[in-house]
Amino acid sequence: MRRTFADLHLRIDVQNQTVATQIIRYVASLGYNLVAVPLKPELATINTETALLKRICDEAKVGFASRVDLKPRTPNELLSMLRRLRRKVEVICVLCENKEVARQAAKDRRVDLLNFPSPDYRRRFFDYAEAELASKSLAALEIDVKLLLVLEGAQRVRLLSSLRREISVAQNFHVPLVLSSGVSNLMLLRKPRELAALASLFGSTETLALQAVSETPMEIVKRNREKLNSKFIAPGIRIVKEGKDC
Amino acid sequence: MKRTKRRYLLLQIVLAKGEEETLDPKTFLNAVWGAVTRLYGEHGASLTNLALVDYDNEAKRAILRTNLATLEQVRASIASIATISDKQVAVHILAISGTIKSLHKHQKSTNTLTPT
Repeated sequence: MRRTFADLHLRIDVQNQTVATQIIRYVASLGYNLVAVPLKPELATINTETALLKRICDEAKVGFASRVDLKPRTPNELLSMLRRLRRKVEVICVLCENKEVARQAAKDRRVDLLNFPSPDYRRRFFDYAEAELASKSLAALEIDVKLLLVLEGAQRVRLLSSLRREISVAQNFHVPLVLSSGVSNLMLLRKPRELAALASLFGSTETLALQAVSETPMEIVKRNREKLNSKFIAPGIRIVKEGKDC
Repeated sequence: MKRTKRRYLLLQIVLAKGEEETLDPKTFLNAVWGAVTRLYGEHGASLTNLALVDYDNEAKRAILRTNLATLEQVRASIASIATISDKQVAVHILAISGTIKSLHKHQKSTNTLTPT
């Protein structure tokens, strides 16, 4: 069966429709079957932005998944954001900028992706404790390839070293890995197999890297779409038929 | 002596809008060598046996030869190229083949990647 690929972190300015259309068309031509674009975490705009991007993606013949990137400062702020947004979007990613937030995000089953945006190893909190918590919930570790493309020299070396350690920890605790582009610039977009090749730089095997751009992100979206369906009751339980003749 | 297996890569060079200038083959090959050397060092680069087989400046396509054993390294290096001579570029691998003949067949069937 032919592999389907997904890029769950395509940073597009939704307001600029021309550029958004251009980027989405280009992504489709690169061989992706599904894209997720981070929307503003505001209830008032989520539906309109989702509808707009869905229309553009339909025209480009590529699937679309709604996503929000949460950047809370405290665990309580994260909980309140999750309460507000979990039933509205298909993918929730937490940008972990401090340890408390990272720990709370890792243990919460409503979080899909853990992202550590800083290249500084002191601000990347994916260690054994984090991985153990994430392995018990549903969170996956998301790695943006953008940093590998824009950094140079010692900074890139340090980042590769951090990523190698994180991948090893994630594999030990069976935390799924998701590889995304994380770019807003068209020239930094890469084909799915090229993303997988870049993952070999931080010690990922070819199989794991290909899973990280295909099966794992697809499963996350599928699982959440099922949950957001009105017929969903609990994992494994859904309404098949309702009415008087049941 | 055991014959070394080679692979031929069909590459598409995408230049940023407004930078539709020519990119000469030597500069391109130097950029690829530079990327391999930066990521894998001089020893790693020496194992790749890289060579530029063909370069079409109009279509912005190139054919690169490498050893099969170092294909993944070359793939990663090519993907890591983001600028050549201060110009924003992206180099995409369109096809990989064991013979130039079959790669030419791919070349006819694959569409050009353009960011527009």
